[in-house]
Amino acid sequence: MKHLLEKLETTKLDNRIRLGIMSILMVNDWVDFGTFKEMLGLTDGNLASHMKVLESESYVEMRKLFVGRKPQTSYTATVLGRKAFNDHLAALEELLKSGS
Amino acid sequence: MANHNEHLETLSEIRSMMERSSRFISLSGLSGVAAGSFALLGAAMVYIYLGLQPFSNYKIFYAEALRNGKWGIDYVTFFLLDAALVFVLAVASGIYFTTRKAKRKGQKVWDQSALRMLSNLAIPLIVGGIFCLVLYRERQILLIAPATLVFYGLALVNGSKFTLNDIRYLGLCEIGLGIIGLFFPGYGLELWAIGFGLLHIAYGLVMYRKYE
Repeated sequence: MKHLLEKLETTKLDNRIRLGIMSILMVNDWVDFGTFKEMLGLTDGNLASHMKVLESESYVEMRKLFVGRKPQTSYTATVLGRKAFNDHLAALEELLKSGS
Repeated sequence: MANHNEHLETLSEIRSMMERSSRFISLSGLSGVAAGSFALLGAAMVYIYLGLQPFSNYKIFYAEALRNGKWGIDYVTFFLLDAALVFVLAVASGIYFTTRKAKRKGQKVWDQSALRMLSNLAIPLIVGGIFCLVLYRERQILLIAPATLVFYGLALVNGSKFTLNDIRYLGLCEIGLGIIGLFFPGYGLELWAIGFGLLHIAYGLVMYRKYE
C-alpha cells in the first residue's frame, strides 16, 4: 500500500488539474490554451503555472501559431507524458484493488 | 475508507474529461424523436397524395405516381417539396433540442468536437447525395431510397466516433434496412418510414432515458 502511494507521488500527476490536462491531451492531438481554461474552469495564471510544471517534466510540448493576427498557444502530450499518465492510472487502479 | 472514494472520483473525473473533450455529447434524444415524427408525417403525406396504403404493390405505386397530379403539382415536385420540408424541420428541431440540452448542462454547443462530428458525418452524406443524383439521371429511381438509407447509415457510423457511441448502432440498423431495400426495390417509402421515422423515434427515446 505504501509503495503504491509513493508511486503515485513520483509522477507530477498527483494533482487534479494536471491530471485533467493530461486526460484531455490523451484523446486530442493539439489543444489550445483557451479550451483548457474553459474545460477545467481555470484562470490564465493558474493554468499557466500548471502547464509550466508539465512542460518542465517534458510531459507536454508547446507550439505557438498565428490564427489571423492572434497568437494561439497549443499543447500536445509527449511520449513521456503519455507513459506517465498510463503509469499513474495503473497505480490508481492497483490502489483501488488493494484497498477494497 | 476516504482515500478509496477519492481515487474512484479521480478516475471518473478523468473519464468525463476525456469524453467531454473529444466527443460531442450534447446531442439530444428528443431531436431524434422530433426528426422521426416529421419523417413519418412526410411519409403519410405521400400516401395521402397517392391515395395508397403502405405495403401495396410497388408497380401500382409508380403507376399512381405518374398518373397523379393532385393539388396541382406533379409527383416529382411533390416528393421533393415533401422531403425538403421534412429535412428542414428535422434539422431545425435537432438544433433546437441540442442547444437546449447543452445550455441546461452548461456545455458549449459549438466547439471543436461538434465540428469534428459534423465534418465526419458530412463526408458520406455528400457522397451519397451525389450518388443519388447520378441514380436519378440514370433513371434508377427505385434504388434511390435504399441508397439514401445506406449512405445515411454510413454517415452515422463514421460520425459516431465523435459523439455518443449509441449512434453507431443506429447507423448499422440504417445500413441493414438500406441493403434489404436494394434487394426488394419498390418498398422504398416503407423502408424510409421505418429507417428515418420509427428508428429515429425509438433511438431518441432510448437516448433520452439513458442520458437526460
